[in-house]
Amino acid sequence: MGKKREVQEINASSMADIAFLLLIFFLVTTSMATDKGLLRVLPAPMPKDQEIVDDNVKIKERNILQILVNSNDELMVNGQPMEISKLREKAKEFIVNPSNSEELPEKEIINVDYYGNVGVTKSHVISLLNDRGTSYQVYLSVQNELVAAYNELRDEMCKKKLSMSLEDLASSKDEKDKDKYDVLTKKVYPMKISEAEPKSYGKEGGN
Amino acid sequence: MAKFRKGGGRKLGAISTASLPDIVFMLLFFFMTTTTMKEVTLKVDQKMPEATELTKMEKKSLVKYLYIGTPKKEFRKAFGTGSRIQLDDAFANDPSEVEEYISRQRASMKEADQGQMIVSLKIDKDTKMGIITDVKQALRNAYALKISYTATQKVNNY
Repeated sequence: MGKKREVQEINASSMADIAFLLLIFFLVTTSMATDKGLLRVLPAPMPKDQEIVDDNVKIKERNILQILVNSNDELMVNGQPMEISKLREKAKEFIVNPSNSEELPEKEIINVDYYGNVGVTKSHVISLLNDRGTSYQVYLSVQNELVAAYNELRDEMCKKKLSMSLEDLASSKDEKDKDKYDVLTKKVYPMKISEAEPKSYGKEGGN
Repeated sequence: MAKFRKGGGRKLGAISTASLPDIVFMLLFFFMTTTTMKEVTLKVDQKMPEATELTKMEKKSLVKYLYIGTPKKEFRKAFGTGSRIQLDDAFANDPSEVEEYISRQRASMKEADQGQMIVSLKIDKDTKMGIITDVKQALRNAYALKISYTATQKVNNY
């Protein structure tokens, strides 16, 4: 081998400056990924040529939980004024019908995989009607309470029958768990929130 | 009593800055991985509503955004103070424009993903439901049925 040549060291003192420059660029452009939202599915549009049939007539009164929100952001549930904070309990009672009451939806016992015999109120419907003047925050709070009611019920069922929380079940990668989750959300406690076409009762502010 | 030492005290050695680049690089990588470029410049003022039952948007490529709020100060002269819809970088004049916007967005997606599109509605919490209802109808007509109401996590449960 030849003589060992001395390799000159690269001056690295400007490295910090370069890194700082990049750092500042990313600091400025960054926005933490905080996009969270309440997921909902809209109903498919009605065919235009179809006659509008008032199908509310066919549903028995005991199977409907009617929620009205007026332009003053006040709530009316089945004809009774109510606070938003009480809506969750009311919805849960309505969905489950624990006492098998005549006033609440018809209950029937079905046998499903994983969960055994469970009582479900198949034909219950939560109907939500808001005014054009309702504020978005209140509308979302009502939606949130209803979704929360379903989620709490599902969670209770999960803990009772599978001894795991809903969160664990939903995030599980296991195929069987996914199936269990599907059965729970589609057969045991399917979400039935229907939104009626809005009507304008009060004056619409703002716009 | 302590005495002040006058002058000629111990000399402080210079702090070595050799590890500074490493520290900065560490920060740099952190921000590089967490960063997401802003999709559009917001032209409307928004304060998100609060809710508890939130789901995180997993796949960013499936999510399309739609903004509603009152125009920012510099646009108020031209657009007024009422709630407006912002699509991409421009204001929409009418909720029916949403339909066209959605079909344009859908066309720009991969074919396999088109059915899974989620429309994220970023709406100011004081907006009246009237305009939102119109937008929802437009979304229905455009068959963009999966929607997400963007909100911030409520901390305490009343």
